Amino acid sequence: MSAPLLDIADLRVSFRNDRGEEAEALRGVDLTLEPGKVLGVVGESGSGKSVAMMAFLQLLPPTARISGSARFKGEQLVGMSPSKIRRIRGKAVGCIFQDPLSAFNPVITLGDQIIEAIRLHDRSITRRAALKEAERLFELVAIPQPARRVRQHPHEFSGGMRQRAMIAMALANSPDLLIADEPTTALDVTVQAQILDLLGDLRKELGIGLILITHDLGVVAGMADDIAVMYGGRVVETGPTDPIFYETAHPYTAGLIDAVPTLDADGPLRQIEGTPPSIFSRPPGCSFHPRCGRAQAICMTEDPPLRRLGAGRCACHFPVRTPQEAPA
Amino acid sequence: MLAYIARRLIAIPFLLLGVASVSFLLSQMTKGDPLAALVPERMMDNPEIVAAVKAQWGLDQPLPVRYGIYISNLLQGDLGTSFATRRPVAVDIAERLPATLELVFAAMIIGTIMGVGLGLLSARFRGSVFDGLARIFALIGSSLPIFWSGLILLYLLSVRVALVPGTGRLPPRVEPPPDVTGFYTVDALLAGDLDLFAQALAHLALPALVLGWAVSGVITRLVRSSLIEGLSQDYARTARAKGAPERVVLINHALRNALIPLLTILGFTFAYLITGAVLTEAIFAWPGIGSYAVRGAASLDYPAIGGVTIVGSIAFLLANLLTDIAYAWANPRIKVGG
Ligand SMILES: Nc1ncnc2c1ncn2[C@@H]1O[C@H](COP(=O)(O)OP(=O)(O)OP(=O)(O)O)[C@@H](O)[C@H]1O
Ligand SMILES: [Mg+2]
Repeated sequence: MSAPLLDIADLRVSFRNDRGEEAEALRGVDLTLEPGKVLGVVGESGSGKSVAMMAFLQLLPPTARISGSARFKGEQLVGMSPSKIRRIRGKAVGCIFQDPLSAFNPVITLGDQIIEAIRLHDRSITRRAALKEAERLFELVAIPQPARRVRQHPHEFSGGMRQRAMIAMALANSPDLLIADEPTTALDVTVQAQILDLLGDLRKELGIGLILITHDLGVVAGMADDIAVMYGGRVVETGPTDPIFYETAHPYTAGLIDAVPTLDADGPLRQIEGTPPSIFSRPPGCSFHPRCGRAQAICMTEDPPLRRLGAGRCACHFPVRTPQEAPA
Repeated sequence: MLAYIARRLIAIPFLLLGVASVSFLLSQMTKGDPLAALVPERMMDNPEIVAAVKAQWGLDQPLPVRYGIYISNLLQGDLGTSFATRRPVAVDIAERLPATLELVFAAMIIGTIMGVGLGLLSARFRGSVFDGLARIFALIGSSLPIFWSGLILLYLLSVRVALVPGTGRLPPRVEPPPDVTGFYTVDALLAGDLDLFAQALAHLALPALVLGWAVSGVITRLVRSSLIEGLSQDYARTARAKGAPERVVLINHALRNALIPLLTILGFTFAYLITGAVLTEAIFAWPGIGSYAVRGAASLDYPAIGGVTIVGSIAFLLANLLTDIAYAWANPRIKVGG
């Protein structure tokens, strides 16, 4: 195994609210990504997926307190000086955000926004050369008529095209790592698959590591090498993709799998009952226990550690073991 | 865009006609008797004199006739004759408008530079001592009555320490520069007379500062709040994720978006100040149309009031048009024309 591209260990983030109360949004998260691989980070809204990514890039508001370790290509990002981490953001790490309409500046042409991304990291590139590069990137993400399109503003693009432009911008400085935070959630169902395919193809072609954040296990199923399932600010189950699906250990993961829409499913989708807890009112013990069908007394008092189990790791006192059966 | 501008320009005369009609009717509805302004008190009982004056000013005609006369004169650029100065209102205004414009332009420049600068620093260092001071400064600027701040500053800086000259546009008995733009500072420069330029500038400085301070208060608060809002937008996070330092996020991204509301405020402020600089003009004996309007209103000089109303409306409509054009330029999401 090569040295990991990104190695996050015991990452913790707490926020202070207006009344000065502090609450932990991340409670010791471990994640590892090998160069050129895909890590799917899955969990319901509020589980801390975005906070985890924003934390190691230092993109959280100043009210956030961050501790733990996040090594990117061996370099410690937690506590890194602002000027040093700026040289990593947008250069070695590219970000793709959920809603490409609000993520682009509405009053600046897409070409100019990509030019900015390029020239922030290399002043020696002329604007003209950077514009040529923007056109090449548009071509790479299959935006038709790139020379014309780079001169347009975000509102002149369709949702799908806008997300392609966002991917183009994230690729601008040939990053080693891409972070895609729910890149298809804001898009029409019909274009979601196209965007995911594009993202998968490009990162494979360019050998880029990808962290794909989603609340839909189905999205990462065909794409991720590894999966980390998050709940209540922790990773509750993680491991290679296939065992996560076929030897599911955590009841929460099982619930997420049941919630994935399938073509031959009849009847309504099965959702996990209840809602995830807020960071200011998390239950004691395992934070999933109020929604868990397998919960027993110990689950209400003791938070289970993330333990090795089969091919992966799982944080549960009473893990599920579905029988191992490969699909026909 | 050009078609849009043309259409807007064509609409202006019709809007002005409406403004003129309303201002004419309002002036007819007021209780005061313009005769009092025209006829000395002790001649009021002399019916011959009163009748002669009425005939001279058309006051004896029925309302529709007076309206017809007024509008047809207006169409020929004749705003009537001032009761008070006994000169054509158009001439009075043409003479005084450049003084107002010079003052307002100077105040707008000062107010914009100060407002945008303080707003930028306030937003960048929000919550700091500087931010607090800047906000107080802005609040004072926009809430202190000008007759108060103007008088105090005039007293302190001109009477007490003689840092700036007194009131008016130039020292007494100094000849203004040859008229090109009507702006004494600009005309003095055009004439190559640096001494005169310095004198004109010194006279302009204090009233422009006082008025500019008031303008800057509004702008500081607008810029600060728009920037702080901008900094929390998704596009600001994207910029940071690209590696942009906070200064770049502020200027390239938040400020670019703040231009949209800023231009609107600037346009309206400018239009407002054309007639709204009254107090400043009065305190600094600035011979502009604001003080002309005040005098006209006090003496029921309807032609003068009407003339200032028309000029103010023209300024307002033009400023509005320019604002819309600038707005469309700053905001690509706006489609003009169609
Ligand atoms: N700036 C902040 N201040 C206070 N709390 C925050 C802040 N940002 C996030 N949180 C809290 O941290 C928790 C995790 O948020 P996060 O955005 O990581 O969720 P997520 O898993 O990305 O969910 P989603 O699918 O909705 O994006 C949430 O409960 C949220 O309320
Ligand atoms: Mg999120």
